[in-house]
Amino acid sequence: MVTEHDHICWGGGIHHHGGHALSVSGLYVRYRDVEALQDICFSTHCGHTVALMGPNGAGKSTLIHAMAGLIRPQAGSMQWNGQDLRQTRHEIAFVPQRSTVNWQFPITVRHLVEMGRYPNLGLWKKASEHDHHIVSKALETLKLTDLQHRRISELSGGQQQRAFLARALAQEAHILLLDEPFTGLDVPGMESLGKQLRELAAEGRLIIASHHNLNNAADLFDQTLLLNKTSIAFGPTRDVLTGENIFRAFGFHHTPGIQA
Amino acid sequence: MNEFLQFLAEPIAQRSLWACGVIGFSNGFVSALVVLRKSSLQIGTISCALLPGIALAILLFGLAQLSILAGAVIAGLLVGLGSLFLSRTSRIDHDAALSILHATAFAVGYIILIRLGLQQKVDDWLFGNIMSMGNTDLWISYVVSAIAILSITALNRPLLIYLFDPRAAATMGIPTRLFSYGIFTLIILVLVSSLQAVGAFLTLGLLVAPAATMYLLTDKASALFWGGGLIGGLGSIAAFFLSYPLGWHLGATIIVVMGSLFLLAYVFSPSHGLLFRHKLQNRKNKA
Repeated sequence: MVTEHDHICWGGGIHHHGGHALSVSGLYVRYRDVEALQDICFSTHCGHTVALMGPNGAGKSTLIHAMAGLIRPQAGSMQWNGQDLRQTRHEIAFVPQRSTVNWQFPITVRHLVEMGRYPNLGLWKKASEHDHHIVSKALETLKLTDLQHRRISELSGGQQQRAFLARALAQEAHILLLDEPFTGLDVPGMESLGKQLRELAAEGRLIIASHHNLNNAADLFDQTLLLNKTSIAFGPTRDVLTGENIFRAFGFHHTPGIQA
Repeated sequence: MNEFLQFLAEPIAQRSLWACGVIGFSNGFVSALVVLRKSSLQIGTISCALLPGIALAILLFGLAQLSILAGAVIAGLLVGLGSLFLSRTSRIDHDAALSILHATAFAVGYIILIRLGLQQKVDDWLFGNIMSMGNTDLWISYVVSAIAILSITALNRPLLIYLFDPRAAATMGIPTRLFSYGIFTLIILVLVSSLQAVGAFLTLGLLVAPAATMYLLTDKASALFWGGGLIGGLGSIAAFFLSYPLGWHLGATIIVVMGSLFLLAYVFSPSHGLLFRHKLQNRKNKA
C-alpha cells in the first residue's frame, strides 16, 4: 500500500529522468535590521546530497530554516517541482542540530520515529499496520532496530543523528533538511552518516545539510552551495570549493588538511 | 481518633477532602507540562506575581471570588508576558526581568493588602486554606481541572512533538505559537485555581514535584501526565489524613508529602534512583 504522500522517486539516483527539481531564487531574509540572506539562488533535484557551506553567520541555518518554513523570507521564491515549497510541506522533513535537542526528554527511539507519522495520522487516528510497518522500516534502514526501545539519552552522537533521520524517513519526506548533522561526530560516526545520506539520496530523496568542514565536504556531499549572505558558487562540490571561491566566501586562503 | 472521625463526618471535611483530590490530580497532571518544558522556575515566579492581581481586584471590586481570580490571572499573564517583552527590548535577560517584575509585583500586592486591612487573608493566599474554599472556588477548580485534563489528553500527540522538538513540530504543521501561549495560559489557570488550596508560595511544589517524581520512574512521556496526576491526587489526600491528627497546616502538609515522594523516587527509583544508578552505569559501560 502506498499513501498519497509517498511519491519519492524510488531508486532514482542522480541521473534519473523526471527528477523533482528544487529551485530557489532571489531569496531574501532580514531579521530586524540585519540582513541574513540576500539573493540566494540555486537549483538542484532529488538524488543529490547538497552541502550549504560558508563562514559562521553566513546564513546556512537561516537558509535551512527558510526552506523548512520556520521563517518567512521577505522576498524570493522557493519552488519544488513547479509548486511553492510552502504548499508542499509534507514533502519536507527537518532534522534539528543535535545540540539544540533536549536529550533528557523521556521517550524511546521508536517513539521518536513514530512522531514522524503525525502529519499522516493527525490528532486521533490510530496507527495502522501500514504506519507500524513504515516506522519499523525506517528503524531498520538506519540500523536502529536493536536500539528501538532505548531511551534517546542513552544513544551515542551518531545514533542520535540516525534516530532523527529515521523520523524524517517515517514522514516519507522527499526533501531532508539537516542542520549541521556532522558536528560533534567522531570519524567513524561521520563516515557512516555520510554513507547513509548518500544511500538515502540514491533512493530518490534530496538531502540538504549545512556543513562547516571544508576538508571532508567533497567526500560527504556531491553538490555544494557556497554562501556568505548571498550565494557565491553552486555546483559539484569539487568544482565549487576552489581556492578562489573559498577566499571569496571566507576571506582566507584554505590549505587542505587544516581545519577551517 | 474519634474526634477525627467526627470531623470527617462534617460536610466541610468531605468537601475539603474532595477538593484535595481534584486539585492535587489536576496540578499533578499539568505539572508534566512544566517539567517537560523545563520552565519550573518561571512558573515559580509567576505564581507569586498573582498576589498583586488579587490585591488590585479587591481594591477595585471588593472581596468577590470571581473578580479575585480574574485579577490573579491577569497579573500572572502581565508579569509573564511583560518579562518577555522587557528581555526582548533591553539587554536584561528573561530570568532577570522575571525576577525583578515578580518581586516588585509581589511587594505592591502586599502593600495594598495590608493597607486594606486584610492581613489575615494574606496568609491564606500565600499558603492556602482549603477549609475556607467556597462553592464558587470549588466549581472554578473543577472546571479548570476538566479543561486542563481534556485539552491535554485530546492534543497529546502534537503536544508531545511540540514539547520535544518545537521546530520539527512547526514543519509538521503544528501551530507552535498557539501551543506556546495555550500552555502558558493553561498553567496560569491551574495555578490560580489551586491558589485557595495551597497558596501562591506553595503551589509551585504541586505544579512541579508530581511529574518530576514520575520523571524518575518512567521512560514514557505520556506516563508523566497520568502518573503525575495520581501522585498529586493521592498525595494530597494522604496529606489531608496526616494533617489533622498531626495538627499541621494542610497546604504545607501537601507540599511536604510531594517533596518526600520526590526524594523517595530520587533514592529508590529502580530505573533512575541513586541506589540503582550505579548498577545501570556499570551495565552500560560493559555493553
